[in-house]
Amino acid sequence: MKTEEIKVCVLRVGGTNCDFETARAFQELGVQAEIKHINELVKHGNLLSYNMLVFPGGFSFGDYVRSGVIFARSLNAKLGKQMKQFIDENRPILGICNGFQILIEYGLLPEFEDIDPYSQAVLTTNNPQGFKCKWVYLKNENKGNCLFTNKIPQNKILKIPIAHGEGRFLFPVEKEKQLLEKLVDNDMLVFRYCDENGTPANGNYPINPNGAYHDIAGICNKEGTIFGLMPHPERAMYWWQEPDWTSKIHTNPYGDGKLLFENIIINIRNMQ
Amino acid sequence: MNSNIYIRSATVNNVLEVALTTATDAELVDINSELSLGLSFDEMKIVQAYFKTENRNPSDVELQTISQTWSEHCCHKTFRGKIIFEGKEIDSLFKTYLAKVTKEINAPWCFSVFEDNAGIVKFDKGYGIAAKVETHNHPSAVEPFGGAATGVGGVIRDVLGVWADPIACTDVLGFGPLDFDYNLLPTGIKHPKYVYRGVTAGISAYGNNMGIPTVNGAIYFDESYTGNVTVFCGCFGLLPLNKYIKNAKAGDYIVMAGGKTGRDGIHGVTFASAELTEKSEEVSRPAVQIANPIEEEKLKRAIIIIRDRQLASATTDLGGGGLSSGVGETAERYGCGVAVELSKVPLKHQGLAPWEIYISESQERQLFAVPPENLDAVLAIFEQEEVEATAIGQLTPERRLKLTYQNITVADLDMTFLFSTCTTTKTATLSPPVFNEPDFAEPTDLTQTLLQILEAPNIASKESVIRTYDHEVKGNTILKPLQGKYAGPNDAAVLKPLENSWKGLTISCGMNPNYGKIDPYWMAASAIDEAIRNNLAVGGRRIALLDNFTWGNPEKTERLGSLVRACQACYDVAKTYRTPFISGKDSLYNESPMGPVTPTLLITAIGIVPDIRSTVSMELKTPENLLYILGNTYPEMGGSEYYKLKGHLGASVPKLQPVKARKNYYNLTKAIGYGMVKSCHDLSEGGLAVAAAEMALASNIGMTIDLKAVPAKEITRNDSILFSESNSRFLIEVSPKDRYDFEALMKNSCTLIGEVTDTKKLQIHGLNSNLIIDTDLSQLRAAWKKTLTAEA
Repeated sequence: MKTEEIKVCVLRVGGTNCDFETARAFQELGVQAEIKHINELVKHGNLLSYNMLVFPGGFSFGDYVRSGVIFARSLNAKLGKQMKQFIDENRPILGICNGFQILIEYGLLPEFEDIDPYSQAVLTTNNPQGFKCKWVYLKNENKGNCLFTNKIPQNKILKIPIAHGEGRFLFPVEKEKQLLEKLVDNDMLVFRYCDENGTPANGNYPINPNGAYHDIAGICNKEGTIFGLMPHPERAMYWWQEPDWTSKIHTNPYGDGKLLFENIIINIRNMQ
Repeated sequence: MNSNIYIRSATVNNVLEVALTTATDAELVDINSELSLGLSFDEMKIVQAYFKTENRNPSDVELQTISQTWSEHCCHKTFRGKIIFEGKEIDSLFKTYLAKVTKEINAPWCFSVFEDNAGIVKFDKGYGIAAKVETHNHPSAVEPFGGAATGVGGVIRDVLGVWADPIACTDVLGFGPLDFDYNLLPTGIKHPKYVYRGVTAGISAYGNNMGIPTVNGAIYFDESYTGNVTVFCGCFGLLPLNKYIKNAKAGDYIVMAGGKTGRDGIHGVTFASAELTEKSEEVSRPAVQIANPIEEEKLKRAIIIIRDRQLASATTDLGGGGLSSGVGETAERYGCGVAVELSKVPLKHQGLAPWEIYISESQERQLFAVPPENLDAVLAIFEQEEVEATAIGQLTPERRLKLTYQNITVADLDMTFLFSTCTTTKTATLSPPVFNEPDFAEPTDLTQTLLQILEAPNIASKESVIRTYDHEVKGNTILKPLQGKYAGPNDAAVLKPLENSWKGLTISCGMNPNYGKIDPYWMAASAIDEAIRNNLAVGGRRIALLDNFTWGNPEKTERLGSLVRACQACYDVAKTYRTPFISGKDSLYNESPMGPVTPTLLITAIGIVPDIRSTVSMELKTPENLLYILGNTYPEMGGSEYYKLKGHLGASVPKLQPVKARKNYYNLTKAIGYGMVKSCHDLSEGGLAVAAAEMALASNIGMTIDLKAVPAKEITRNDSILFSESNSRFLIEVSPKDRYDFEALMKNSCTLIGEVTDTKKLQIHGLNSNLIIDTDLSQLRAAWKKTLTAEA
C-alpha cells in the first residue's frame, strides 16, 4: 500500500481538543488523515474505510466522570460492530492522553485475554495531584512487538511533552506484580518515564510526573496493534515545538514524536 | 414590596407592572433598590419621563432591560461620559485619548478597532488576529474558581463573536499577599491564598478543557488586591478576514445556541458596577455564573463551521447583561428592531420569570443572526455538534424592542430611547500626597539582597502555576512561558498560527501597579513601555495594544483624576511609539471594606515576527559572547521591588523618554532581524540584577558584569544601578564576531558591560571594582523557585 493511500481517522466528540495537531502530524508524513465527529461517522461514514483509528487528546464529554469512559461507552454503543471488525482485522489504533484513557475504558488495553469492559488497569489522578504541562523523557522498552515503536531502537530515549491531570497508570495493587510480569512477558510494555540519561524514574517525582506504577507511560496490546500513551507525540513533531530549540542547532527538522507516526505508517504500508 | 407599586400582571405569570409614572421621588429610589436596578436617581427620572410619554407603566422586564443596557459595565459611562478635570471638560476619555491615538496613527493593518467584541489586526495570507482582554474581578472575589473560569469563558466567546478561532489565552492576576494575617481580614473578604488557588484552578480548568493554550500572563501581589482580587483574561483568535461577516438585516432570525439559561448570573453587570461589601457573598453569589467549558468547546466547533460556510449574518456572545445586551445591541448595530419570544429560551429549570430569562448571564451561550434561507442548515450544524440551538425571534424593520412571553407582550421599548442615554458628567481632581525618597545605607552583602529579591513574590518563578495551564495544546507555541530545561521566564509568547507561513504572533504584557501609588501617569507610561519591551525582546514588531483598567470608584473625584492621568499617558506614549490601541475594557468600582484597588493598568501588546525561526529567547547561549545594555539607568527606585524589600515606596518613579526609546527600539529590531542578537531580556522589576540573574539561571552558563561600564551618570551607588527600574532598557547577548556590526548599528544606545562565561556563576563587579555579587546559578535558581511552590 502506498503512503498516500493510507487513510487515518482522527475521531472526535465534544471536548476532544488535540485532533487538529494529531491529524497534522499524519498529513505531514503524506498519509490522508481526516478529523471526524463520531456523529458524522454514524450518519454518513464507515470506520472500516480507514486503515487506522486515532483517539486524540482532550477532555471528551468534559471527563466529569472517569476520564474517557463516556467516549468509550458511547463508541461501543454507536459503532461497536465496526469497532470489533476493525480490531479483529488488526487495524492499528492509537490513543494519545485522553485517547489512552479511552482505550483503557473500552477495555482494549491492556487486553491480556480478551476485550474486557472492566479494564485491568486504570489511569487515575496524578500524584502529586493536579494538571501538569511539561516535557518528559521516555525510554522505549518494547522489544519489537509494538507496531508504533518497532523501528525505534530499544532503550532509545525520546523527549515528548505531557499535559494531563489523570495519567497515573495503576494495576490493582494485589495483582500489580503479576500483571506487570504479564505485560513484560507479552512485550506490551512500551514507554517508561526516565531521566535524560535513560535511568528509569523508579517512581520519583518529577521524572515520573504522575506517580505511574513502574513509571509506565505507554503500553500496547498483545498483537502490538493498539497503542496508548499519556505523552503527546503530536506536540513533539517539529523542532520548533521543543522547549529549548532556541539553544540548539537544528540538523533535524523534526522532534522525537515523529518517530512514532513514521513507525506506524511504515508498518501499515507493509501490511497489505 | 409595596403592592400598590408592584402590580401582578393579569395576563402572564411572574411579570409585574411597576407604577412608575405616578411614583414619587422617594418611591423611585425604592424601586431602584428593590429591583436592584443600579440606576442613578437622574436616570430613574429619565425612565419615568419616558413612560409618561408612552402613557403607561413599565413592566419589570422593561425596567431590567433598561437597567442592564445603561449599566456601567455595558455602556461605560465613565469612559464615554464627560469629565471636568483641571478646569477643562473632557468629552469622553475613550474618544479623547484611546480611540483618538488609534485614529491618528491610522495604521493600515488595523482591520477592526473598538467596534466589535474584539479588535482585529491583519496577519498574513488573508488572515487576521482578533484580540480581547477582559476583567472578571468582582465575580472572582465572591467565587474565585467560578469567577475566573467564566472570565476565561467570556473572553473566548468575545473572540468567537468576531468569527475568530481562539488560538491562545493569557491571564494576568493580582492577589493580596499569600501570608496575609487571618486576624486582619475583614468579614466577607476571603484569604488571598484561597482566592489564589481558586482563581488559578479556574483558569486552568477552563483553558485546558477547551484546548486553548494559556501562553502568557503575570501574577502580582499587592496589599490592595486582598479585598479587590484582579483577574484579567485575554484571548486571541485567528480568522480569515473575508469570512468576517456582519451584515444582519430585518427578517433575519435571532438564534441562541449553547448552554441553557438559568438563575446563575443574574445582575452580574449591576454587581460589577458597584463596590464590594461584606454582604457581597450573600447578595451577589447568584451573580456568578457556573462554568462548563465543554459546552463552549462544542459551541466553538459549530461557530467555526458556520463561519466557514458563511451561513450567519452576525454573531455576538451572551456575556454581561445576557440576552438583554446581546439582543438589544445586535438590533441597534444593524439599525433594526427586534421581536423575541422569551418562552422559547431553553431553561435549566422551570420557574424563571421573564425578566430573569432576559438578563441571566448563564455561560456558554452565543447569539446569531441567521437569514431565513440558512436557518435549517445552521440548526443542523448545531445538532451534529450536540449543541442546543433555538430561533427565539427575528430582527424587525420597526425600531422597537418587543419581548413576548407565551405570546403576551411583556416589553415594548423604543430602540432610540433604550440606546440614547449614557452621558454623565463627572468631576475629577488630582492632589497626590507628597512622597519622600528614603535614606538608607547600601547593604554590605548585595548577593544576599539579590537572592532576597529573587524570592520576592512578584519576581519569584510562577512555574507552579504555569505548569497547571496547558500552554502547548494546538502544538503551535513556539516560545513558551517557561524557557528550556531550567524554565526561565520568557518575555513574550510566540505562536505560529498558520500552517503555510513562518510568520509568528507575539503576545506580551506590562503592568506596574506599584508605580501607580506614586504617579498614575508614569505608571501607565511604564506599563506601555514594558509591554512593548517584552514584545520587542523576542523579535516582535508592528505592535498593537490593548488597555485594561482596574480602578476604584469613579464617583470619587481623586480616583477619576488618576484615571484621567493614566489615559493621558496612554495617548502620549502610544502616539510616539505609533502603537495603536485596538481594544480595551475597564473595570471600575473596585473597592472593598479594605479600601480601593491600587490603580492598575494592564497593557497587552501583540506583534508579529516575520519568521519564527529568528525568534530570540532570554536564556544565555554561548560563553565568551558579549553582553550589552540598551538604554540609560537613572536613580529611579520609586515603587521598585528593591524599595519594597526595604519597606519603602519612595518617590522617584521611573519615567519615560519615548522619542529616544523609539529610535533604540527600531535599531534593536533591526539587529534581531540581522540575527545579531543571541539572547535578549527586558529590564523590569528588580532591574539589571534580576534580568541578569534570570538570563543566567535559565541557561546553565554564567556571566560577569561590570557596573562601572553601565551608563548611569547620576548614580553613585551599586544598589541603585543594580535595582533601578528605569524604563526602555534591555540586556542583550551578542557574538564577538558581530561586535562591530552591532555597535555600528546601535550607535551609542548600547554599551558593553560584560560577557557570558562558562563558570556557572553570576559575578558582578561594583563601582569600586570589587566583586559585589558572586553566586552560583544553582543558588539563584533555588532562591527564585522557592517562594511559590505548588504547596504555597
